[in-house]
Amino acid sequence: MELFAQQLTAGIATGAIYACVALALVMIYQAIGHINFAQGEMAMFSTFLAWQFMQWGAPYWVALSAAVVVSFAGGVLIDRTIFKPVRNAQMLTQIVMFVGLLAMLNSLAGFIWDFTSKPFPTPFGADPLFSSGLISTHQLAMILITFGLLLLLFGFFRYTRVGLAMQSAAENPASARLVGIRVEWMIALGWGMAAAIGAIAGVLIAPIVFLEPNMMLGILLYGFAAAVLGGLSSPPGAVLGGFAVGIIENLSGTYIPVVGGELKLTIALAIIIVVLVIKPSGLLGSRHVQRV
Amino acid sequence: MPPASSMQHASETPIELAAVLGGTQSTQRSVDLKLLTGVAVLIVAVVLPFVLHTFFIFQMTMVLIYAIAIIGLNLLTGFNGQFSLGHAAFYAIGAYTAAIMMDKGDISYVWTLPVSAAICFVFGFLFGLPALRLEGIYLALATFALSIATPQILKFSLFEHWTGGVQGLVITKPDPPAGLPLTQDQWLYFFTLIVTFLLFAVAQNLIRTRTGRAMMAIRDNPLAARSMGINTPLYKALTFGVSALYTGVAGALGAIVLQFVAPDSFTISLSVALVVGLVVGGVGWLPGAFFGAAFILFVPNVAEHFSKGLSGATYGLMLVVLMLVMPGGCAGLLRLLRTLRNAASSANNG
Repeated sequence: MELFAQQLTAGIATGAIYACVALALVMIYQAIGHINFAQGEMAMFSTFLAWQFMQWGAPYWVALSAAVVVSFAGGVLIDRTIFKPVRNAQMLTQIVMFVGLLAMLNSLAGFIWDFTSKPFPTPFGADPLFSSGLISTHQLAMILITFGLLLLLFGFFRYTRVGLAMQSAAENPASARLVGIRVEWMIALGWGMAAAIGAIAGVLIAPIVFLEPNMMLGILLYGFAAAVLGGLSSPPGAVLGGFAVGIIENLSGTYIPVVGGELKLTIALAIIIVVLVIKPSGLLGSRHVQRV
Repeated sequence: MPPASSMQHASETPIELAAVLGGTQSTQRSVDLKLLTGVAVLIVAVVLPFVLHTFFIFQMTMVLIYAIAIIGLNLLTGFNGQFSLGHAAFYAIGAYTAAIMMDKGDISYVWTLPVSAAICFVFGFLFGLPALRLEGIYLALATFALSIATPQILKFSLFEHWTGGVQGLVITKPDPPAGLPLTQDQWLYFFTLIVTFLLFAVAQNLIRTRTGRAMMAIRDNPLAARSMGINTPLYKALTFGVSALYTGVAGALGAIVLQFVAPDSFTISLSVALVVGLVVGGVGWLPGAFFGAAFILFVPNVAEHFSKGLSGATYGLMLVVLMLVMPGGCAGLLRLLRTLRNAASSANNG
């Protein structure tokens, strides 16, 4: 029973990270209707930036804030330079652009910071929170920060002018443009926010998986699984999916003997395929009906 | 349908690309030109291994192998409109099939190809079945996941007895048939050349048949294709199978030539490389596969001269620049040259 509780809380804690990545994916999917295959590498790059700032002597929170700000600007820049020109191009072009971005960021990070794993600090400490050792303070912080982020996003989309404008730009660009919303800048804003959320996710996961250019590949896959499970068009769904995938991953790793720790990525593949086949819109996503 | 708009549409689709490339002024001349080009390429391909250094023969063999895989991907993406980031998985299945047959079963390398082809066709067809319900972006997602999970599945301990686990398998290099005065590398090159030629011819003919037209109809307008009586799900799954078959044969040849398979050779990077090759060569133009294959083999080498690990950046940058500047790849470049030449000649005539 204790093992079960431990695995469950560990699942919720890693689920928080998947939720963050899934949130970032959903942000861009909402804005341009595409899945950002480079999301993981963008988050990895942001994490390296935070690490670099700390190497230069910045305290943790300053480094984190700086990384978030730079990532936001980077996200906007990527949209304006790479994706704006192909906004109306066919799907293949867009996917290839994402793949190109992925390859570029990955090998650029390796070029600048090399491929050795680096330890990443956490301000929360890795000590267990209670004497039972159920959950570490860092894990608890991960969960709380994810919920904080979700609340912040909810408030932003619900109560601010910009948030509402972003939503309407995503839902009906033509009408939004007619009422004076600058749709292109709303999309760029979506990219910036996704990059910033990715930076937070990267910095939170780095103390656990160590910092290296390929650290986000597996996490991105879980983020995909989470976003698909929750519904690609729903931010709360992404968070729900994130926690669900974290729990599924940990419990099946513990209790299905064959799967063990060896086939963990295959679980994500299985989740994605099963959800897409049974309920492509996900748990909380909206169904799109195509007009003939 | 108004004829003007249908004409315009046709000239933009890759189907007509061959005709445009071959020349529009006279069909007879274009056939001669294509035949001439084909014969010239074949002569060069046959003479090459006798003048090149051993290492370059090996590299030319790898170009042919990648070209087969890219032809397979092109059939799926360029002619059927389905996108895959997961072809490293089928390449891996082909490679492992060949390696296991040769290492555990002591079976001749020649027989590994049809077996790899059959197994990959089945796997591709089976993966294609659920993938039918996945439109565009979702299919890309599922295949991306397949690609990332592949190395882990290959390392799986239950299969370790067969796959060799993390270490992989080492196989012996086949000798040329008795009586042929060739080195092992030269023979493997010719063997690969023959297979490539056969598979290329089959693909070229496939896209000209009823089946090929059905594939393209599904790409251009799935709804219209279905209403014309094309069994869309079946064709899509079959195309996925055929595409996997090509990639699997390439994988088997790759294992034979490299004499080695290991899980970490079949990562997402390989899938990305195949997509790069497809895009560089030109989506929907089969001969482009050879340009794309040469690109993915040689360009990263050049990049690595400057810094280890920069090949990914080169891929990425090339992809982005290509998509922004010349979305048609080599095919687009040739088409552009042809248009310019036609414009120049008509200006001279006028």
